[in-house]
Amino acid sequence: MPRVIADADLFEFTLALADDALVLGHRLSEWSGRGPSLEEDIALSNLGLDLVGQARLFYTYAGELDGNGRDEDDLAYFRNADGYRNLLIVELEPGDFALTIVRQFLYAAFLHPYFAALCRSTDARLAAIAAKAVKEMAYHLRHSSEWLIRLGDGTPESHRRAVEALDLLWGYTGEMFEPTTAEQRVVAAGIAPDRTQIRQPWTTTVDAVLAEATLQRPAQRGMQSGGRHGRHTEGLDRMLAEMQVLARQHPGAKW
Amino acid sequence: MYTQALNADESQRDQTLPAPDAAKLARFQAVIDAEDKIEPNDWMPDAYRRTLQRQISQHAHSEIIGMQPEGNWLTRAPSLKRKATLLAKIQDEAGHGLYLYSAAETLGLSREAYCDQLLSGKAKYSSIFNYPTLTWADMGAIGWLVDGAAIMNQIPLCRCSYGPYARAMIRICKEESFHQRQGYEIMVTLAHGTPAQKAMAQDALDRFWWPVLMMFGPSDKDSMHSADSTKWKIKRFSNDELRQKFIDATIPQGRYLGLTFPDPDLTFNDATGHWEHGVIDWSEFKRVLAGDGPCNRQRLKARQTAEAEGAWVRDAARAYAAKRSQRQATSQVAAE
Repeated sequence: MPRVIADADLFEFTLALADDALVLGHRLSEWSGRGPSLEEDIALSNLGLDLVGQARLFYTYAGELDGNGRDEDDLAYFRNADGYRNLLIVELEPGDFALTIVRQFLYAAFLHPYFAALCRSTDARLAAIAAKAVKEMAYHLRHSSEWLIRLGDGTPESHRRAVEALDLLWGYTGEMFEPTTAEQRVVAAGIAPDRTQIRQPWTTTVDAVLAEATLQRPAQRGMQSGGRHGRHTEGLDRMLAEMQVLARQHPGAKW
Repeated sequence: MYTQALNADESQRDQTLPAPDAAKLARFQAVIDAEDKIEPNDWMPDAYRRTLQRQISQHAHSEIIGMQPEGNWLTRAPSLKRKATLLAKIQDEAGHGLYLYSAAETLGLSREAYCDQLLSGKAKYSSIFNYPTLTWADMGAIGWLVDGAAIMNQIPLCRCSYGPYARAMIRICKEESFHQRQGYEIMVTLAHGTPAQKAMAQDALDRFWWPVLMMFGPSDKDSMHSADSTKWKIKRFSNDELRQKFIDATIPQGRYLGLTFPDPDLTFNDATGHWEHGVIDWSEFKRVLAGDGPCNRQRLKARQTAEAEGAWVRDAARAYAAKRSQRQATSQVAAE
């Protein structure tokens, strides 16, 4: 029998999914007008739009669970960096196109099977959001895989940049598989998939694409984490300062 | 959008080309007079081809450069809904650039060649994008006024004699008209918002009004465009006619917002049924077109930087494609 879950746990779990989506969506939006080609500019905007869309659905649900009348914008614009619960990998500054692609690949290779499992959640609302998002993540995975293969197996320079991005980002992949204590209760209640179980399909996907891209999986090493507890990298506060500036200059205003 | 290319001095054209075959020219004009379309493989006079190459590519460049002033507020959009719609709008503009470059390519030059003309500063784009976006209200003003002015120019282009351009414009017009309504909706929200939001909306109107009127190009009495574009059914209305249509449509919209147009001479003429505006400062227009507007250098530099920073990515894609076809050829040989 699924256990009854506290709204606070479900809120924290949903909020983290929303923060992941918004922060990465924002990072992708920073590419607008700067893509390496017109087609890719459009593609990166598409990925960003998918993620901002996912964030809005998760925030709206989180706001309802919270019960304090906070809407999506209250949650997005009026929390400081230490209140954000996103994974560190999504907040790192976008860097070059290689970093953007490698991040999108590592993240989508996780989130696609994760959302596929979340579609079976006993929480109808989360299952419905996942059903929409899983289709989007399938595209993100395909898009980033195809680019990663081109960068890895393209020119010496693109290969070097892909290696560099992979080396930087690898240390942030461990956190994707770490549930918080609240999340463990949500998993036990049958509402969320167990993220530790996603490691296997993730590794299979990553190994296959890296092999085709002529890239080596980086060696095992110590992993960075802390995002789920509000301990972030240096870039998040700056990103939020920019993202939230206008909304905070006019508290209470409607846009 | 943005057909200021038509105002370039026609005397700069190459006059040394041989006179076109009279029979071909007559057939060409008969197709146009019958409101049929000229298609890429049809014979066309060189001047028609060059006019369209210039106009369509300038239009495409305007879409691409036009992403920048709005991109300036993308990361600061004040709500998630506004963030998503602005991102989608800028993405539409990149899409318009793509269709238009494709239409321009049917005239015999590659997208790369057109882009090189932009990056070298040889090609022009609409003067309006050389103005800065200083507040969020500018996102409203650009949609409402800049896209609104563009639509006035673009609707007649859906009937342009050149088939690929006319067809591209049909889709672009649908999207632009959506953008125009989105922009106006931003203005409505601000105008009914806090005093600070209303002041922001007024300030945006104050800054954009005159530059938007200049988007239609010089007054007919000073316009250098030849009769050719009219005869060829590329241009169907004069600059002043389009400007007047825009003003007549826009003044009531601004008044509904409770905003004041920054033109003390603006009056409604009961006899003609039209709004009459004050004197446009054409010296400002000339200065911006000549490259000395507030943001000309920054806009071009940003495009050059994006192009340069993406070079290694495009090289990688080409190198990979070459390797893959090499491998496919090798495996085919091995199989045989």
